[in-house]
Amino acid sequence: MTNFETVIGLEVHVELKTNSKIFSPSPNAFGSEPNANVNPIDLGYPGVLPVLNEEAVNYAMKAAMAINCEIATDTKFDRKNYFYPDNPKAYQISQFDQPIGENGWIEIEVNGEKKKIGITRLHLEEDAGKLTHNDDGYSLVDYNRQGTPLVEIVSEPDIRTPEEAYAYLEKLKNIIQYTGVSDCKMEEGSLRCDANISIRPVGQKEFGTKTELKNLNSFSFVQKGLEFEEKRQREVLLNGGEILQETRRYDEQTKETILMRVKEGSDDYRYFPEPDLVPLYIDDAWKERIRAEIPELPDARRERYVKELDLPSYDAGVLTSTIEMSDFFEASIAAGADPKQASNWLMGEVSAYMNKHQIEITDLKMTPEALAKMIQLIADGTISSKMAKKVFAELVDKGGDPEKIVKEKGLVQISDEGQLREIIVGILDANEQSIIDFKNGKDKALGFLVGQTMKATKGQANPPMVNKIIKEEIDKR
Amino acid sequence: MADISKEQVKHVANLARLALTDEEVEKMTKQLGDIINYAELLNELDTENVKPTTHVLDLKNVMRKDEPRDWISKEDALKNAPDQKDGQFRVPSILD
Repeated sequence: MTNFETVIGLEVHVELKTNSKIFSPSPNAFGSEPNANVNPIDLGYPGVLPVLNEEAVNYAMKAAMAINCEIATDTKFDRKNYFYPDNPKAYQISQFDQPIGENGWIEIEVNGEKKKIGITRLHLEEDAGKLTHNDDGYSLVDYNRQGTPLVEIVSEPDIRTPEEAYAYLEKLKNIIQYTGVSDCKMEEGSLRCDANISIRPVGQKEFGTKTELKNLNSFSFVQKGLEFEEKRQREVLLNGGEILQETRRYDEQTKETILMRVKEGSDDYRYFPEPDLVPLYIDDAWKERIRAEIPELPDARRERYVKELDLPSYDAGVLTSTIEMSDFFEASIAAGADPKQASNWLMGEVSAYMNKHQIEITDLKMTPEALAKMIQLIADGTISSKMAKKVFAELVDKGGDPEKIVKEKGLVQISDEGQLREIIVGILDANEQSIIDFKNGKDKALGFLVGQTMKATKGQANPPMVNKIIKEEIDKR
Repeated sequence: MADISKEQVKHVANLARLALTDEEVEKMTKQLGDIINYAELLNELDTENVKPTTHVLDLKNVMRKDEPRDWISKEDALKNAPDQKDGQFRVPSILD
């Protein structure tokens, strides 16, 4: 029985959310009516000339820097020639031998083990139009996406398991989202992934023949597709077969990879320097200007939350999972919230609310300042944690000021010891049997007395205080 | 002299989606060979210390601001479409 090692490399395409396209000034927007965002440059009319969108370069640099790439000083664009109806020019403007970024890496963590995954390159190019295949032998083409700025991020073949592939994608998406250059929404196609996978006997230096997986519509399908492919290749080799250089697609229904085509020889795209665009020279000043715009990235924030705010690393991981969550958390801290309390609310009630209503944290009516104030009201005993849930329900639904809500709902907690003692003495006088029961070891009796006190105070008594006073008063009798 | 073969001509023709007859392949092999041989003259120059020229104009960083403008209506976009349906270009399906 031969042991095999898996080798995986990922190619990720990320659309940049500039206002206009990369080589034409038509709008870059998702979800418009078909062909409403095009102009003659996108449609490849004769005689039109592309002009580079400066912001697309800025965004690509930002993404490249965030994944630790070296940034090119002299760079340029090249033509990649191919015939397919998604691209009316019959060539895609891309970058061949001088990508904007090279030699980067990101760090992933799988089962507690940290590992660096190398990034070969990040280059800038234009996206193609979108085809909808019908079963009548025709396809419909919408060119709105044609010319959307796109970066292609190619990993080194450093990934060894489908699980690592998943972690790599999560991490990459997380980092890119922090830079703000893309939404990275797989469901809208602003992040897409192809995977290359081969296996080789353990100890062999040369890579095995790889297959390429396409049609991977979610990170978990990437993982499942790779798991299937890993097993398939192993079976083929163990049965004396041969792996062919194929493109396969993942079928979500059967959970299998299905052959699309066998590749014969390498693709011949006849790249050559794009004659319609002049070279790009990125000087140090430009690089530094962009570097200064990159916000603190998730790993740095996570470390800071653990070291400076004393949060458990689990909390820090959840809070930094999106920049929106992390920013909300930091704003609430800045407004005076206790970090651990803010973390508990965000990971608990707030996340549950967001999941239930399928909304993002930026859609919440509750502000970080309101959360901070509510936490403050609990800390100083104004409201109990039980009352806080009522305040929270109002806050997330309608927004507003927690102090006002507390007053309007009459939720103020009774923490006046003298007042509570008076009420409790009355209740004990009226329930002598419960005192006897409690003294005979029936703990339930205490619960009954607490319940009576809460009832008498319309739920506004401070529960720990009630417990304490009841015990003291019983001891006296 | 770097003559090219008929196979190379057929390969290039295929990449350019051109259907050539045997006579045309014959003719193109000669003509393309002549062109390439003529271009070979450039190899006589010593370019040891010359940076590769990727563009003939001495310009760099020609860029525009990221502002949407000058797009056309979807009706205009489809005016020259050989075929259309539901506001989209209609083409024979090519599945790969």
